[in-house]
Amino acid sequence: MNEKIPILEIQNLKASVGSIEVLKNLNLKINKGEIHAIMGPNGSGKSTFSKIIAGHPNYKINNGKIFFKGENILDLEPDERARLGIFLAFQYPIELPGVTNDSFFEYIHRSHKENSVNLTCGDDWIDMLNLVFEKAKILELPINDNFGERYVNEGFSGGEKKRNEILQMLALDSELSILDEIDSGLDIDGLKIVSAVINDFMNDDKAIILITHYQRLLDYVKPTYVHIFQDGKIIKTGDFNLVKEIELKGYDWLKESI
Amino acid sequence: MSEKSKNNDLTEFVNQKYKYGFSTKIESDRIQKGLNKEVITLITRKKKEPELLLKFRLKAYKKWKKMRHPEWSDLQFPEINFQDVVYYSAPKQTKKLKSLDEADPELLKTFEKLGIPLTEQKRLANVAVDAVFDSTSIGTTYKQELSSLNIIFTSISEAAWEYPELIKAHLGRAVPIGDNYYSTLNSAIFTDGSFCYVPKNTICPFELSTYFRINEPKSGQFERTLIITKENSFLSYLEGCTAPQYNDNQLHAAVVELIAYDNAEIKYSTVQNWFIGDKYSMGGIMNLVTKRGLCLGSHSKISWTQVETGSGITWKYPSCYLIGENSQGEFYSVAFTKEYQQTDTGSKMLHVGKNTRSRIISKGICAGKSKNIYRGLVKVTRKAEGARNYSQCDSLLIGNSSISNTIPYISVRNPVTKIEHEASVGSVAEDQIFYCLQRGIPKEEVVTMLISGFCQEVFNKLPLEFSVEADYLLRLKLEGSIG
Repeated sequence: MNEKIPILEIQNLKASVGSIEVLKNLNLKINKGEIHAIMGPNGSGKSTFSKIIAGHPNYKINNGKIFFKGENILDLEPDERARLGIFLAFQYPIELPGVTNDSFFEYIHRSHKENSVNLTCGDDWIDMLNLVFEKAKILELPINDNFGERYVNEGFSGGEKKRNEILQMLALDSELSILDEIDSGLDIDGLKIVSAVINDFMNDDKAIILITHYQRLLDYVKPTYVHIFQDGKIIKTGDFNLVKEIELKGYDWLKESI
Repeated sequence: MSEKSKNNDLTEFVNQKYKYGFSTKIESDRIQKGLNKEVITLITRKKKEPELLLKFRLKAYKKWKKMRHPEWSDLQFPEINFQDVVYYSAPKQTKKLKSLDEADPELLKTFEKLGIPLTEQKRLANVAVDAVFDSTSIGTTYKQELSSLNIIFTSISEAAWEYPELIKAHLGRAVPIGDNYYSTLNSAIFTDGSFCYVPKNTICPFELSTYFRINEPKSGQFERTLIITKENSFLSYLEGCTAPQYNDNQLHAAVVELIAYDNAEIKYSTVQNWFIGDKYSMGGIMNLVTKRGLCLGSHSKISWTQVETGSGITWKYPSCYLIGENSQGEFYSVAFTKEYQQTDTGSKMLHVGKNTRSRIISKGICAGKSKNIYRGLVKVTRKAEGARNYSQCDSLLIGNSSISNTIPYISVRNPVTKIEHEASVGSVAEDQIFYCLQRGIPKEEVVTMLISGFCQEVFNKLPLEFSVEADYLLRLKLEGSIG
C-alpha cells in the first residue's frame, strides 16, 4: 500500500512573488526510484520551483498542494521540510563566514537528532564527520587542506562549492534530493565524479530531481522522465529522447506546438 | 503542538533570572558610605597599606575633587551620587590564610557556584587564579610554581609591602593620576586587584586569571591591576567577571595598567558577564573602566581581547600607547547588547614610535532596545614614521529597535603612514538563513550559528578554554533575543 504513495506530488500549484505569478498550475508526481530531469529556458521557473518545494519564504502559494510522502507540507517551515527528507543542492551555494564545515555538520546532525530524525550515517555526529571525510575524498574535495576548519563555502571555487553540496546530500541521505544546476561550475572531470557519486547514491527508496540546461549531465545520470518548463508550468514530459531533441532544436519548436 | 511547548520553554528561558544572581551571607567588614579624606585613610589603615599608597591615594583624591564627570559619551544614565557608595567591603577575616582549605566554606561555595576552580582539588590545570571577592584577594593558587620562575602574582596591597620599588616605578605609569574622572576616582579609593610581574627572559607557562565578583549591595568595586613583562618575556592574562543581582546600580570603575618592555608581550583577555539590569533597565552594573597598555620597549606587543556581554552600562576603551619602535598593539572585541544595555566601547591606539603597528577588530551585536557604540581613536604622532593601522568595525542588528553607531577618530601627524578603516552594519543575511534552514537546522540555531561565526575572528584570539566559554556564553545570551 505504502509503495503506491509517491514521494512527491504537486497538484495545481500556483505561486507568486510580489504581484508576479511565477508558477502557473503546476502538476507533478514523483515515485520512489525515479530520477526526474527538469529543463527549460532561462526564467521559466525551474529554480523557483525548487525553492518553493524547499519552503522559501519569499514565495506566496496561491493555490494547490504539495504532498511529500502523502503529507501536505505547505504549512511546514523550511527546516521541518528538510528534516522530513527534502534536500536542495543550491545553484549558488551560500558562503557562511566564520562557520567551519565541522561545526556546520555538527549543527546539522544535532538538529536532526534533537527532532528525533534518524540519520543513516549514525547516531553520533562523529559518524557524520567520518562519512563526510570519506566521501570528500571521493569527491576530490581538498580534505587534507584543513577542510573541517575551513569556513563553509568561503574561498571555495565554483566547482568545490558544487561538490560540497553533493557532500551534504550524501551526509543527509534524504529521500528526495533536488539538484539545481549541479553541473554548472563543474569541469568535465568534476562532472564525471559527481555523476558517479549521484548514481551510487540513488536507489529504489529515493527520488532525485535534476534541474539542468545541458544533456551532458543526463548522459551520465539517466533520467526516468524529462519535463520541459515554460512560463511557470510543465509544457512537455518525455524520456531521454526528449533531451536529445532539445539539444538539437532548442525550446522554440515546443512553444509553437502548444 | 510541539512548537507551542517549545515556545513556552523559550519564554521561560528568556525570563529566567540572571543565573549568578545570588548573594553570599558572609559577615563583611564595611565602612560608612561616602568619600572623603578620612574614608581613604581608613581604607589604607584597614588594608594595612604602606605610606606610599596612602600618598598616591590622597594625591588622586585631591585631583578628582577638581574634576568633572565627562559628558562626551552617548551613554544615558542618572548622575552617580558618589557619597552614596560604600568604598570598602571585605569579608571579615582576621588571620592570614596559609592555604585555600582554610578559607571560609561559604566563600568557597560562592566561587563554586560561579564555576571558578579555586580549591586545590578543583583547580584547573594551567590556570592560576587570584580571586577578588569584593575588595580583598582571598587566596592565590599556583603561587609556588610561579615563584620558582620568579614570577610575581599577588594582590596590589601585598605587592606594595613586598615590592615597593616596583610599585613606585610602575603604578600610575600607564594611567597617570588625573588621567580621567573615573580612573582618578579609582586611584583614590582602589580596593584591591592583581599585581603581576614577569622577569626578563621568562615565558609564563600558564594563563593567569582573576575572577572579579561584586557581592555587597551598593558597594563599588574598584580594582586596580598592574601587569609588567620585562625584556623578552610573555604573559597571557584572563579576566572574568560576574556580579549578583541587586536593585541599585552598582558602580565598577577599574583601572588596568599593562607595561611591556623590549621584545615582551602581554595578551590580556576579558570575558564579561555581569548583571545587565532588569527589563526596565534597573539595577545593571555600571562598568566605567580604564584599561591601557604601554608598549615601552622596541618590538613589544600588547593585545587586548574582550567579549562583553554584561553590564547595564559599559564605558571602556582598552588602549595601547606604542612608544617603542616596531611595537604592536591589538584590540579584538565582541560586544553583545540586548534589552536596555548601553555600551560605548572601542580602542585607542597611539602611535609614538617608528614603524609601530596596530590592529582593531570590533564586532558589535545589538538586540532588543540596546545601544551599541564603537568609539575609537587612532592617533599617529609626528615622529611615528612608518606607522600602520588597520581598523575593522562590523555591526549586526537583531530586530529593529536597537541602535548601533561607529565613531572612529583618526588623527595623523606624520605623512609616511598607512591607516585603513572599514566598517559595516547589517543584519543576518536572509539567503544564509534559508541555506541553513534547508539543511534542517531550526531558525534560532541558525541565527546563533551565524552570529557565532560573525564573532569567530575575535573568539579565535582567546585562549582555547575561554574561546569555548565565550561561544557558549554568547549562545546563552542570544536565546530569546532572536525574533
